[in-house]
Amino acid sequence: MSQSSIVVENLNTFYGSRHILKNVSLTVEPGEIFIIMGGSGSGKTTLLNHLLGLLIPTSGTIRILGKDIHAVSALERQALRTRMGVAFQSGALFSSMSVGENIALPLREHAELDETTIGIVTRLKLEVVSLAGFENLMPAELSGGMIKRAALARAIVMDPRLLFCDEPSAGLDPVVASSIDDLILRLRDAMGMSIVVVTHDLDSAFKIADRICVLDKGEVLALDTVDAIRRSDNERIQNLLNRRTEEAEVDPDAYLRRLMGEKERSTRFGPQARKGL
Amino acid sequence: MRDRVLDVLENVGRATTRGVAELGFAASLLGQSVYWLVLGRARKQPVRLAPIFAQAMDIGIAALPIITVLAATIGLMLAIQGIYTLKTFGAESRVTLGVALSTVREFSPLITGILVAGRSGSALAARLGTMRINQEIDSLTVMGISPVRFLVVPPLVAMVVLMPLLTLWADLVGLAAAGLYIAVELQTTFAAYADEVLSLLKLNDLLHGLAKSAIFAVLVTIVGVVNGASVTGGAEGVGRMTTRSVVHAISAIVVTDMLFVFMVTR
Repeated sequence: MSQSSIVVENLNTFYGSRHILKNVSLTVEPGEIFIIMGGSGSGKTTLLNHLLGLLIPTSGTIRILGKDIHAVSALERQALRTRMGVAFQSGALFSSMSVGENIALPLREHAELDETTIGIVTRLKLEVVSLAGFENLMPAELSGGMIKRAALARAIVMDPRLLFCDEPSAGLDPVVASSIDDLILRLRDAMGMSIVVVTHDLDSAFKIADRICVLDKGEVLALDTVDAIRRSDNERIQNLLNRRTEEAEVDPDAYLRRLMGEKERSTRFGPQARKGL
Repeated sequence: MRDRVLDVLENVGRATTRGVAELGFAASLLGQSVYWLVLGRARKQPVRLAPIFAQAMDIGIAALPIITVLAATIGLMLAIQGIYTLKTFGAESRVTLGVALSTVREFSPLITGILVAGRSGSALAARLGTMRINQEIDSLTVMGISPVRFLVVPPLVAMVVLMPLLTLWADLVGLAAAGLYIAVELQTTFAAYADEVLSLLKLNDLLHGLAKSAIFAVLVTIVGVVNGASVTGGAEGVGRMTTRSVVHAISAIVVTDMLFVFMVTR
């Protein structure tokens, strides 16, 4: 059996005294599309940042492609990062570089290739995401859907074993969103990589997922195949699936304290430790 | 009442730890920059020349016109003030000494530093801040590209090389402008003035100014980067931190200048 792409064990993390992720454990198998789903504030972005090694967990381990991302040496981590690609929600294309230069950047930095080869690989990846001929445009000249495509092209330029997509369909109209979903499916079929998608878009999740992890208030509410999630009789999952809002439990004392504007000292802490710049 | 005292104490404590943390961040940035500059190749991430040259053009060459204008103005101002004040003692002919030493040791490095802080330090803070809120810095990190090596070292190197050169240029322009005024006002020749300047100035004076400008270069870059990297809260945050970076950089320059002079002249 081949090794899992991602193994997360008992991940706990805090912002100040707020417990954001509670004992999260999950595995992502090679070649699978794994969806992390949850409402706003469920901790899915925090979980993604942990998987990317951008945040340091309070406790728990994260193994990416068999290596503990916080235990390996800096050089090994750098090598690990060339084997994973990330498409951020905003695209995060470098605004001072053209689309082509953006996509070529990982190649220029990590692979010792001549400019002709870099140009060919760049145009090849642009073809894959249907952006051929746009390499000389600046990111500011692209539409929302094109930015997501360009970000995907940059994420796959090193032929990664593991691809992360943060909200690939957020802010796009249904047709363009659906075309991005198709693109993700096509990428997996063509390159056989594991793909982790963070989304709150149900239609998109059901369309592309092999397995879905539903996060709620920092806990893994369910982690199962699409059908099993659909059939689940858990009320919170059904609420999420049917877009029902949940009635928050009312604590009269806390409500009164909030109205009086009393602040809780312990909650006013700075953001969590980040690595580096 | 007790609560208010606690609040004040808490705020003082927080501000202090924030300040110390920021100083630590600045120091670690400087350390990391030197690390990447020296060991980048061994870590398979060499610092490349092309971005350094691009930054050098931006920081140095593009700043030449305004530095020329300001250095000339300062030179003229010093000559006018010098002759006016020395007239009291009837010692106008001694004006060259004051002008030469104050331009080379103090005014050129200071005006260059302040100008570069305003032009390039703020631009650096704004650029890094925008990159931070657009997740571009995260995106570099997850690509396995060190943001310090990629974003901080090129402007740092360019600044440390270019700032002394700009200062040297400001020295030349300032002294020449002062000379023109002095030659006309005191009815001597420019050549006589130039001779006098050359005999008065020692290499030590020149190096004093250039060394300071190299320190200012480090200050401007690191202050810009620290403020840019600490941006939170969207576009407004970028604006706030950009302003803060200019204020901090200029304050740091002036204070460091005083400390440097105090240490060196003892």
